[in-house]
Amino acid sequence: MIHSLFLINNAGDLFLEKHWKSVISRSVCDYFFEAREKAVEPDNVPPVIRTPHHYLINIYREKIFFVSVIQTEVPPLFVIEFLHRVAETFQDYFGECSETTIKDNVVIVYELLEEMLDNGFPLATESNILKELIRPPTILRSMVNTITGSSNVGETLPTGQLSTIPWRRAGVKYTNNEAYFDVVEEIDAILDKSGTTVFAEIQGVIEACVKLSGMPDLSLSFMNPRLLDDVSFHPCVRYKRWESERVISFIPPDGNFQLMSYHISAQNLVAIPVYVKQNISFFETGSSGRMDITVGPKQTMGKTVECLVVTVHMPKVVLSANLNATQGTYNYDPVTKILVWDIGKLNPQKLPNLKGSLSLQSGAPKPEENPSLNIDLKIQQLAISGLKVNRLDMYGEKYKPFKGVKYVTKAGKFQVRT
Amino acid sequence: MTDSKYFTTTKKGEIFELKAELNSDKKEKKKEAVKKVIASMTVGKDVSALFPDVVNCMQTDNLELKKLVYLYLMNYAKSQPDMAIMAVNTFVKDCEDPNPLIRALAVRTMGCIRVDKITEYLCEPLRKCLKDEDPYVRKTAAVCVAKLHDINAQLVEDQGFLDTLKDLISDSNPMVVANAVAALSEIAESHPNSNLLDLNPQTINKLLTALNECTEWGQIFILDCLANYMPRDDRESQSICERVTPRLSHANSAVVLSAVKVLMKFMEMLPKDLDYYGTLLKKLAPPLVTLLSAEPELQYVALRNINLIVQKRPEILKHEMKVFFVKYNDPIYVKLEKLDIMIRLASQANIAQVLAELKEYATEVDVDFVRKAVRAIGRCAIKVEQSAERCVSTLLDLIQTKVNYVVQEAIVVIKDIFRKYPNKYESVIATLCENLDSLDEPEARAAMIWIVGEYAERIDNADELLESFLEGFHDESTQVQLQLLTAIVKLFLKKPTETQELVQQVLSLATQDSDNPDLRDRGYIYWRLLSTDPVAAKEVVLAEKPLISEETDLIEPTLLEELICHIGTLASVYHKPPSAFVEGSRGVQHKRIPARAGSGESAESSDVGQSGPSEAPPAVIPSQGDLLGDLLNLDLAPPTATVPSVQPSMQMGAMDLLGGGLDSLMGDDSDTLGGDIGGSPSMGAGLGAAPAAMPASLGAAPAVGGGLGDLFDLGGGVGMPTGSYVAPKTVWLLAMKGKGLEISGTFARRGGIIQMDLTLTNKAMSVMTDFAIQFNRNSFGLAPAGPLQVLTPLSPNQTIDVSLPLSTSGPVMKMEPLNNLQVAVKNNIDVFYFSCQYPLSLLFVEDGKMDRQVFLATWKDIPNENEAHFQIKDIHLNSDVASNKLQGSNIFTIAKRTVEGQDMLYQSVKLTNGIWVLAEMRIQTGNPNYTLSIRCRAPEVCQFVYLCYELVLKN
Repeated sequence: MIHSLFLINNAGDLFLEKHWKSVISRSVCDYFFEAREKAVEPDNVPPVIRTPHHYLINIYREKIFFVSVIQTEVPPLFVIEFLHRVAETFQDYFGECSETTIKDNVVIVYELLEEMLDNGFPLATESNILKELIRPPTILRSMVNTITGSSNVGETLPTGQLSTIPWRRAGVKYTNNEAYFDVVEEIDAILDKSGTTVFAEIQGVIEACVKLSGMPDLSLSFMNPRLLDDVSFHPCVRYKRWESERVISFIPPDGNFQLMSYHISAQNLVAIPVYVKQNISFFETGSSGRMDITVGPKQTMGKTVECLVVTVHMPKVVLSANLNATQGTYNYDPVTKILVWDIGKLNPQKLPNLKGSLSLQSGAPKPEENPSLNIDLKIQQLAISGLKVNRLDMYGEKYKPFKGVKYVTKAGKFQVRT
Repeated sequence: MTDSKYFTTTKKGEIFELKAELNSDKKEKKKEAVKKVIASMTVGKDVSALFPDVVNCMQTDNLELKKLVYLYLMNYAKSQPDMAIMAVNTFVKDCEDPNPLIRALAVRTMGCIRVDKITEYLCEPLRKCLKDEDPYVRKTAAVCVAKLHDINAQLVEDQGFLDTLKDLISDSNPMVVANAVAALSEIAESHPNSNLLDLNPQTINKLLTALNECTEWGQIFILDCLANYMPRDDRESQSICERVTPRLSHANSAVVLSAVKVLMKFMEMLPKDLDYYGTLLKKLAPPLVTLLSAEPELQYVALRNINLIVQKRPEILKHEMKVFFVKYNDPIYVKLEKLDIMIRLASQANIAQVLAELKEYATEVDVDFVRKAVRAIGRCAIKVEQSAERCVSTLLDLIQTKVNYVVQEAIVVIKDIFRKYPNKYESVIATLCENLDSLDEPEARAAMIWIVGEYAERIDNADELLESFLEGFHDESTQVQLQLLTAIVKLFLKKPTETQELVQQVLSLATQDSDNPDLRDRGYIYWRLLSTDPVAAKEVVLAEKPLISEETDLIEPTLLEELICHIGTLASVYHKPPSAFVEGSRGVQHKRIPARAGSGESAESSDVGQSGPSEAPPAVIPSQGDLLGDLLNLDLAPPTATVPSVQPSMQMGAMDLLGGGLDSLMGDDSDTLGGDIGGSPSMGAGLGAAPAAMPASLGAAPAVGGGLGDLFDLGGGVGMPTGSYVAPKTVWLLAMKGKGLEISGTFARRGGIIQMDLTLTNKAMSVMTDFAIQFNRNSFGLAPAGPLQVLTPLSPNQTIDVSLPLSTSGPVMKMEPLNNLQVAVKNNIDVFYFSCQYPLSLLFVEDGKMDRQVFLATWKDIPNENEAHFQIKDIHLNSDVASNKLQGSNIFTIAKRTVEGQDMLYQSVKLTNGIWVLAEMRIQTGNPNYTLSIRCRAPEVCQFVYLCYELVLKN
């Protein structure tokens, strides 16, 4: 099982280590550093590294490498999933997962890691249970703690861990009972030069924020459940009901959680909300190039496209850009070679355009690779797949909760080739 | 007010200060001090000196303080074992605390203190906790057994904890079950042969029930454990699959992949025509696709596994090509894996899309990725014939970009395309030649040289081109040198008049100025070939090349099956068998996919697979260490005869050069010759005693020299004196169907031993090894009496003759036709099946002469309906010659009678299984048509006996 964990920052400093079995010397990380150097970009470090006596399985999150050491045959996905869970827990506890916050809360971090694994076996990874065991820091609590000397470790047995619904603690009480669901869809797409869709799919999630007293039993139904043929559920969802009735029936965890994720595959027709007309060319001589980008609405279902941002990864030889944007602002970073054009709201009457010239390093040959455009956007009140929630019913409790559903569509990995 | 302050205290008196604080009376101050200690420990500072002071804080009601102290203890107990004993009492006391949380915490912490002395004290509390009323404590204790086992395995066994742990598999609480399974799995890894996880239908049922209710991590442990189970039949296997399928919709990708493993393994047992089988196949695709939308690290592991799944069952993902399209911001390790899978999924239906994508990738930034994309285009051309033309034009477009590494990769793959589709795309050679100067990588240079040599007759200035390479011969890599040598020899054979000088130059460079034995050997071989027999040289050097295989880097089927059983593990990420992991696999046993019910096919294939490594006998061939030595050894096989016969008609001026070279060679030879030659006949003689082994050893001999053997045709004709007729070899397995392996063969009966004579020819590009053979059950129980004697790897284009002795003691099953034999031959590439038919005369035993009286009685005894009549036409033999001929095949004439100018021969035959066949043959003088009447208790053999008569008499 998982033997040890090392946290390493982007500069290559090892700033935290935790061993769940015997202590493994931190020199084992030399193999990681070697791989890190070879990969050049931190994103490109291979997730599984073999060393003579151990395997290093790592993830890169928020500029921190979570490097775990294993000694025996362990499913790598299990380790990677766990590491992501660790990162999420830190995020959950401290608001962000960064070197500073981890160092600021090192004792809690240590306690958390101790609770999450026992001898390398996962122990408590549900945020609900962890929060019962170790209270998250708040400014108020840390003040109170310093004054009174009380601790942020729970005194009680985490009851949830023993029940058949380990995700929910008993005795939850709210004055305002509310259940909100966000349907968030991300479009992953690749469009080619001419604007034809090479590939498009939708990754959807339903995020829930449920603050209900007692033990409510909820069921959520859709107008068009047939859209969903590839789904992953939170453990609380009763799979049998879904199989037979296409209804999501569950006893919710308390607070925020992800109820389900779904995937609408490339085989279905996916609506593409915007089109991009672009022309980026470099001249054979003169060390310069020209660029002209226009963005316009395509299938927006009558909604407004907001937060529109176009990012261009320029070839290395591009020194600067002298452009003119009819809407929004642009910024070219000559170090990272990334051009960001922040458009904002898309006005269908007056299409935004960015046009001008690019200057290259003098004497440099015409770049070999084509730059690639990434689009970011947001459409409120729309699930682009057409998914609609029908109703939410609650059983098991007598009060009447507030209910609400919000839809939003975003661009995921939305790429336009040039 | 954050913890980061703990990091900043680096003052000198720190330890001293902390000591004072730890011993303070104030609770808050104490706790603050412990926190500081922990923080220092976290960042790797040594605070072990504070051990006694920290342990003193252990007796507290404050849970947080207790936990912090426990943390500290776990870290430092090892370095202070004596001090750690001081803490034992508190632990034991805590294990009886009314609060289950404290009990669990205590037993958990005790297990983490890796000190031998403490373990003795741990046993009693642990035993209690394993039977605790609270499941939370039980599940913690279960893990503690694994911890203890890690520290002191003997103790755990002696105390009987393993049995208690096994009992916990039937616990009422699913979490306890999951942890017990996890602990047992870990312990089992260090106990390869113990059956700790002895799974039976009852425990399986328990596990499946627990699977629904335990945490995601528990589900992973249980699924991995289920995957080791062998269901009894297809129904059990289906019911397990049904109960595991819902796990495919789990949010945790590790659960999903473990479920995929169980399903992939168990569906192997389901009959393919079952509706459920199809449903299951359909259900597998979406979760695999979903894994690809997760974080890149998860994607990577998923992709490595999908690569295996696609090889095993391409149908699952054949419609999902698009999800493998590479995105701009994918990490490089994901991009490369996706590309691999795209090629595996490429087919005629989607090739246009794939090509368009690959062309797009070839303009990306990352050099490694671009290279692989260009190679992928070439692989597509070879895989999907219809796309070859488009691939070639795409490659030409890419060459026009003049991007150096793109051009080089393109040339390497175009070479392969030329080989696959000869005489089709040679028009592009001119374009390739334009880029000659820009090639700086050995592989690309070698490819280009190969092209020039291969198509020398179409390239006007081929000699100039090759000459330009020759200038820096010694600076080139071996690969290029070898290729250049061959190319120039080819050129010489095609245009002998203009290139004599060139070929002489390269031969002397290769043989005299090079230290590389490979190069020198090849140089000598060419040299001698050219000097002895230019016609033969032409046949050898310009021989037709074997096919190149369509799929590259496919995983060997047996390994693939094993890896499928290990989906989701490290082995699946590295595509290596778990036994290849030295550290991690002390106890991993080879896992196999279960056999499909009701079909002998897969069962047999696994049999063949297993027989491979174990049956390979030790090689009797002298070591091949010195390549040159081997070469000399081989050359001498037709000794000296070659030397005087140097063709005077040679047009080349290399004669004088040759003479000198050979003389010196000969001098060396005669010294080594005696030993080498002396060795081999004696070996042959030793084996000769057992006639069955002899052809085998003969067959193996040419393999010694690797690819050189066939040059000298040593292996030809296994001329055994034999009485019975042996049919000429026929091709049983076409190279096309055998992934390059061609098998032809025949059957013979020699001295009472049945033999199957095989000729194996490797027409593929890669070396073949690990041959094994297996028969299906057949009418007369024929089975190999020994392993297939192919001791050395079969190199490309090499042929080997093998004789396989057969016994008739194998399992019997009636075949249709009766003499049909189904054979499976395995090598490192795949398992191949073919069927052949043997003459029944193979089974005629030597003691088949029946007594006259018995013959008469038997003849009468067999009912008339069992008599069959045949005509044997066009035989011009008299009765005595015919009867002699038949006797050679163990058909014995018992009596002869002459009636009215007709010779009546009464004959008997006995089969290996004891069946007697009686025959009466009528021969009329002057009539070439014989009449044959056959009587037998098993009338179905008559037809085949007649065929034997015909065969024997006509040959």
